[in-house]
Amino acid sequence: MTTHLRDEQGPFFGEFGGRFMPESLIAALDEISVAYEEAKSDPTFAAELAELHRTYTGRPSIITEAPRFGEYAGGARIILKREDLNHTGSHKINNVLGQALLARRIGKTRLIAETGAGQHGVATATAAALFGMKCVVYMGEVDTERQALNVARMRLLGAEVIPVTTGTRTLKDALNEAFRDWVSNVEDTHYLLGTVAGPHPFPVMVRDFHKIIGEEAREQVLDLTGALPDAVVACVGGGSNAIGIFHAFLDDPDVKLYGYEAAGDGVDTLRHAATITMGRPGVLHGSRSYMLQDADGQTLDSHSISAGLDYPGVGPEHAWLSSIGRATYLPITDAQAMSAFRLLCQTEGIIPAIESAHALAGALELGRELGPDATILVSLSGRGDKDVETAGRYFGVLDEQALTAATLEQNALDGNALDPNELTEGAIEVDELDRDAAHGLGTER
Amino acid sequence: MSEVQTTSGSAGTPGSAGTSGHPRTSAVGTVIRSANTERAGALIGYLPVGFPNLEQSIDAAVALVENGVDVLELGLPYSDPVMDGPVIQKATQTALENGFRLRDAFTAVEAIRGRVDAPILLMTYYNPVVQYGIERFANDLVSAGGAGLITPDLTVDSGAEWITASDRTGLDRVFLTAPTSTDERLKLAIDNSRGFVYVVSTMGVTGARNDVDAAARTLVDRLRANGLETDGSSGACVGIGISTGDQVAEVLAYADGAIVGSALVRALADDGVAGVGRVAAALAAGTSR
Repeated sequence: MTTHLRDEQGPFFGEFGGRFMPESLIAALDEISVAYEEAKSDPTFAAELAELHRTYTGRPSIITEAPRFGEYAGGARIILKREDLNHTGSHKINNVLGQALLARRIGKTRLIAETGAGQHGVATATAAALFGMKCVVYMGEVDTERQALNVARMRLLGAEVIPVTTGTRTLKDALNEAFRDWVSNVEDTHYLLGTVAGPHPFPVMVRDFHKIIGEEAREQVLDLTGALPDAVVACVGGGSNAIGIFHAFLDDPDVKLYGYEAAGDGVDTLRHAATITMGRPGVLHGSRSYMLQDADGQTLDSHSISAGLDYPGVGPEHAWLSSIGRATYLPITDAQAMSAFRLLCQTEGIIPAIESAHALAGALELGRELGPDATILVSLSGRGDKDVETAGRYFGVLDEQALTAATLEQNALDGNALDPNELTEGAIEVDELDRDAAHGLGTER
Repeated sequence: MSEVQTTSGSAGTPGSAGTSGHPRTSAVGTVIRSANTERAGALIGYLPVGFPNLEQSIDAAVALVENGVDVLELGLPYSDPVMDGPVIQKATQTALENGFRLRDAFTAVEAIRGRVDAPILLMTYYNPVVQYGIERFANDLVSAGGAGLITPDLTVDSGAEWITASDRTGLDRVFLTAPTSTDERLKLAIDNSRGFVYVVSTMGVTGARNDVDAAARTLVDRLRANGLETDGSSGACVGIGISTGDQVAEVLAYADGAIVGSALVRALADDGVAGVGRVAAALAAGTSR
């Protein structure tokens, strides 16, 4: 294995990546490439971003040991990198502040963004407010319904949220609509793409703005344990938090890297978003990577309980890391993720984003494999405030008074309601949790 | 994995067209030249394959030619059409829902060529071609009697494989130019296009507009200043936003061809094959001197 995996600068990572885009957008992509190269070598830019992270984002984000959670992971030492504690509640702010600074540098006054769960949209709306820029966020209509709270947050921050009603009405269609807006308004508008996908230079630039996650965590884990972790794990939709935490470890060959994709109802069904696990190479949204597609190259619908992972593509650097065997990508079902979600809530007092719960579920499985001597660093990419309603419904623990008859009926139909006794008891015993987690993971503890 | 991308995504890898010994004559180029000799210029009409269904899309394309369209541009429905506005999106979405398959494109080309003589370009996003296999796609297009491809999301600097395949088969390849293209990129498109160079009239997606942007005239002037020959194998054809015969006439005052899409798709959606024929005839009136 080469010892310089961290040096990849695109536009291609092996055979993945590139810039498959309409000519109308090439000038804008070139403009960003040039401005980004200049900014990278400008100490003023780095200082400005570092100062914002210190005084606004809340960086460095802490690490938290999760020993009670670790008991369910074969006794492995679980360390959480707390991106959920960042301002706006997820890792997304790292990239957003970087790109917003860059947009201001090249004289753009309007930011547009796509969003799935709404975390990236909220972060972009936040940066627009901070910098006095206009902001339009495209969000699949399906996602505006399941993430209504984040829609309200964006509007409170002064952004216009446009529900996308074309195609499958989810994240991929929000990207399409953002590209269409950008083609029409490229003069004053920066498309603040929220993940490590898309045409060059986005995969490289977004990665660079997120690699601070792994750089901090690598030092923090060394300080805490005196050694590098045995494994680093993260959830993967487009893959921005994963590449952010992986990057600092790419050239540490003894550190295993695991990306957990959303398997939805299971990869043996048609309802999943496990792009690397089940997809094949193709061109989507400007780059060549793995994608979910039919024989004709039409993009397939993806499914995940987590809006942020519900995307049929994945960043090209992940496709490359998978193809060379440096990182391993595995599927986690909705049920596995939700069990891990509840387990973290009740063992550590931390409500994770459902996206991040996929990484937690992966850590449970991996810890049982590696045993009690292992140290596993988990990217806790976001907090679960936005998911309280989804999770409350899933587990049937929303206040009974607040539940409409229709909702109760829906829960019963979906088979998501737990034993009614739990509603009255108000808490779920950990023993029961353990059974659920073990069942969900298909592993006996 | 058979499709290994060999080019860099950055600019500056110009190939030059027609170096592999296939005949340089392009049926599309010939038609556009004679339209410019005999009339004000060429009319290029777009319709998606499979909308409202395969049979009617074939009939509608034939009706375009019978009503004065010189070159057909058949769009392949695609799940993620980032360059298309609402009218074409809706039509291609319908075609996909009705079960459009890529092979239908070759069926349509063959059927239309059996009935009328106009050359046919396919307009397609890149991934369907990649998945079909670029060489196989080129071979099947030649067999069906197609003239070449218009590639809205594939530029010259990312298109080495398609350039190789089209050189081998002699298929036309139409690359896009935009008001924001640099002179260097205009030259790249001119050197590598065959059939014509697509002039994106305005910064935006497909769809009818009241005013075809003045940017189109400027861009055509810039193309000519960068070496596009009026009587060469590649003319400048202006698309996006054109919806009336007057706009066709206005565009043909400075360009070699006018491309109309959404106005035809809307006519087909609203008034069927007869309706689209009437709109085509009205647009074709703009090509007379």
